[in-house]
Amino acid sequence: MAREDYEIVMGLEVHAELSTKTKIFCSCPTEFGGDPNTHTCPICMAMPGTLPVLNEKVVEYAVKAGLATNCEISRNSKNDRKNYFYPDLPKSYQISQFDKPICEHGYVEIESENGEKRKIRLTRIHIEEDAGKLNHNEFGGGSLVDLNRAGVPLIEIVSEPDLRSAKEAEEYLRKLKSILEYIEVSDCKMQEGSLRADVNVSVRKKGALEYGTRAEMKNMNSFRSIVRAIEYEADRQIEVIEDGGKIEQETLRWDDVSGRTFSMRDKEDAQDYRYFPDPDLVAIRLSEEYIEDIRKNLPELPESRKARYIGEYGLSEKDSNLLTASKYLSNLFEAAETICKNAKAVANWLLSDISKILNEREMEPDQIPFTAEQLAKMISLIDKGTISSAIAKKVVEELFENPKDPEEIIKEKGWIQISDEGAIKEVVEKILQANPQSIADFKAGKDKALRFLVGQAMKETKGKANPQMLNKMFLEELNK
Amino acid sequence: MDITKLTVHELKEKLNNKEITISEITKAYADRIKEKEPDVQAFITTLCDEAITEAKQIEDKVNNKEIEEEYAGIPIGIKDNMCTKGIKTTCASKMLENFVSPYDATVIEKLKEEHIITLGKLNMDEFAMGASTEYSAFKKTRNPWNLNTVPGGSSGGSAAAVAAELVPWALGSDTGGSIRQPAAFCGVVGLKPTYGLISRYGLVAFASSLDQIGPITKDVKDSAILLNIIAGYDKKDTTSEKREKVDYVQALKNDVKGMKIGIPKEYFGEGINKEVKAKLEEAIEKYKELGAIVEECSLDIADYALATYYIIACAEASSNLGRFDGIRYGYRTQNYTNLKEIYKNSRSEAFGEEVKRRIILGTYVLSSGYYDAYYKRAQQVRTLVRQKFDEVFEKYDVLLTPTSPTVAFEIGTKSSNPLEMYLADICTVSLNIAGLPGISIPCGVDSNNMPIGMQLIGQRFGEETILNAAYTYEQAIKFRENHKPEFKGGAC
Repeated sequence: MAREDYEIVMGLEVHAELSTKTKIFCSCPTEFGGDPNTHTCPICMAMPGTLPVLNEKVVEYAVKAGLATNCEISRNSKNDRKNYFYPDLPKSYQISQFDKPICEHGYVEIESENGEKRKIRLTRIHIEEDAGKLNHNEFGGGSLVDLNRAGVPLIEIVSEPDLRSAKEAEEYLRKLKSILEYIEVSDCKMQEGSLRADVNVSVRKKGALEYGTRAEMKNMNSFRSIVRAIEYEADRQIEVIEDGGKIEQETLRWDDVSGRTFSMRDKEDAQDYRYFPDPDLVAIRLSEEYIEDIRKNLPELPESRKARYIGEYGLSEKDSNLLTASKYLSNLFEAAETICKNAKAVANWLLSDISKILNEREMEPDQIPFTAEQLAKMISLIDKGTISSAIAKKVVEELFENPKDPEEIIKEKGWIQISDEGAIKEVVEKILQANPQSIADFKAGKDKALRFLVGQAMKETKGKANPQMLNKMFLEELNK
Repeated sequence: MDITKLTVHELKEKLNNKEITISEITKAYADRIKEKEPDVQAFITTLCDEAITEAKQIEDKVNNKEIEEEYAGIPIGIKDNMCTKGIKTTCASKMLENFVSPYDATVIEKLKEEHIITLGKLNMDEFAMGASTEYSAFKKTRNPWNLNTVPGGSSGGSAAAVAAELVPWALGSDTGGSIRQPAAFCGVVGLKPTYGLISRYGLVAFASSLDQIGPITKDVKDSAILLNIIAGYDKKDTTSEKREKVDYVQALKNDVKGMKIGIPKEYFGEGINKEVKAKLEEAIEKYKELGAIVEECSLDIADYALATYYIIACAEASSNLGRFDGIRYGYRTQNYTNLKEIYKNSRSEAFGEEVKRRIILGTYVLSSGYYDAYYKRAQQVRTLVRQKFDEVFEKYDVLLTPTSPTVAFEIGTKSSNPLEMYLADICTVSLNIAGLPGISIPCGVDSNNMPIGMQLIGQRFGEETILNAAYTYEQAIKFRENHKPEFKGGAC
């Protein structure tokens, strides 16, 4: 049997750090970074006798996330202890939610590769605390524990096994990320680990009713590695089955450098977490009014913003989709549009040249170094004829390297378009003199010759000549 | 005048009348500790010198009217499972032998606001697990009434220190009887408040849904005074309840006329020592004389309560004690080559047998496959116990039972038999399961001059009622005037 005879089945468990100011059970800051163990207190360091107090913002953010992903919100929910030993877990249990999560039975709509709309079902969203971090081998042979992250609030979003390809998994994760960004509950910075996913992968013969045995890949934190890891792992599993072997249920670690998965050391021999309700915390009871209040105040979601782009700016559905996928990109678009009033140009630049650079450099939109003002200024410069599109491409690259006012960039680099008639004429005459054959070709009816001449002139002026003027003047000269 | 013989409210009166000074009080206790502590062994840490210095400072400030708190300058003893900033908090465990908390428990903050002086940290069963204080990793505290017997536990150090007049009053904690049973064994008053009346923040957790801090005092009025100081909602403990402030001293009316007292017959059956039973019956008669309406009633949950208690308490303990892993604080083994060995050897070497037994039991009842049969079922029984109490309290204001089926037993006689030790909690655990308040007061002595305790049980937040019932009885029998600990027997 071949690769095409198999179907990949995936479910994702996505962890998003919530962007509350303080931790979930104490008042330490959640800020990323900081010297080790400086964002800590007796509570998040699990000193004897300390007690947790649930941060109400965490509940609010989780309810927001639930409502934005079409979940039912539980009126009664509670916190449970998940018990296991690890040095990054100071209490030796993680306060999480077991059988009564705050949100259940939601879905997220994605567009699959063939353009079909698919609902990916969410099993649940629950709140829990993050663990600390271990810094291995920094000093001698030991490991050092940094508890700055311990107690940072997380939501875990668990999907049903509804995903069928690596591309779909990526699409789902992008959609989820954009929703969380829109409702402003998480900054979703994958490079800082504030959004990470565990991917459950299994394969089965197409048409089979039963799921295959799944392997779980832990803590993936870039779209690229998720796609690579899924493809690698699916291939591995198919190969095992094709060779007559059996898939073991196991937890895997994806290694980006070698491009393969490794079986992970278990935290304990037997993973029995001995969940039970945390007796230090009272039940979470949410009133109808509370939930409705949050529902009423939800910000605009990507779907409705998309519709607005099509209606208000006349953008295509595809472009609207791409722009709204990232709140950052979408906000950048709107801010630049407000200044330069050229929606199509802003969209085009963002989705072509700028996206291309982001892809090449494996950057996310929120890492774009320049401002909406700078982008708008560049587009205005094109519109005014100060620079050509060719120059603008160079300006964009420069904006990534050394973001500043595009006017200054072109002045410094000497990239201002030559639109002076005398100067253009000089160039045209020089090129014509040097290329008598082209003149002959043109007269013989070969239109290509004109394009060649314009190209030569552009080369001569290092791309600075106004291309429309060049065209016009060559034609005039040739037709004399 | 022997200052250490006085109750706190008597000390206060003498201070008001300028018959004594704040410095004299602490000095008198420091002397008494010097004299009697070698026999009683109630303290893990004594702070006599620091206390004397502090007393002098407070005295000056009181004289300059810089401090006006009513009980400023009164000393106190603290069970060694409440966190005290800058002072060791050991939980009587090798695990925390040198542990110094970076913060004060909420109750300690409240005592400091009142300018009450800590005389020392008191012995207990390791992590409050036990009924005799024999499971302390450091020392065996002795019962001042007979030094060959146990003081009860787990707050044995607190009860013995109050009985031996090494401190005027003390704080204990009660998870299944740990305030009331030692109070009964040592002939003093011990109050376990309603779950949620007092902040648990800073009390090193044994079983979070059962633990409660409370006073151990010479008489009922002192318990009411100390309760006034420590009770109240704390935003750091979400299981503490927001309630209107009550003055518990005001509740002491010395009148029980018309009060309905139920006598649950299940607590007077088999296993109750005859002399204990006889004294309790005298107490019942006394209440009738005082005008209370006393009736026998049934509370047929007592049999299940003990099993339920040990399942829930051990389950919570197994998780609560996980943080003692040798990583951040506390004992760490010298003997390891990898992470697993740090955990295993640190915990094996530093926890005592009883603590290990309960961690293992608790881990077992929470394990997948056993959770439903044990933990979940215990929670269901817990609901039944609560309902049963609710039913009984529709008819009665107070329930009256023995605090313990026996008087204090001899050191070493039960410590090797855990089941027998667990039975010492039989009269007290159901209150913790239901979250109800209970007070133990002495109601007489047996033929060996060992004190016998009576337990009064109240409804949730019914502290005023049981304090008044206890106070009225205490005024009638005058136990303290008639019986004194003799420090008989000797160090062995």
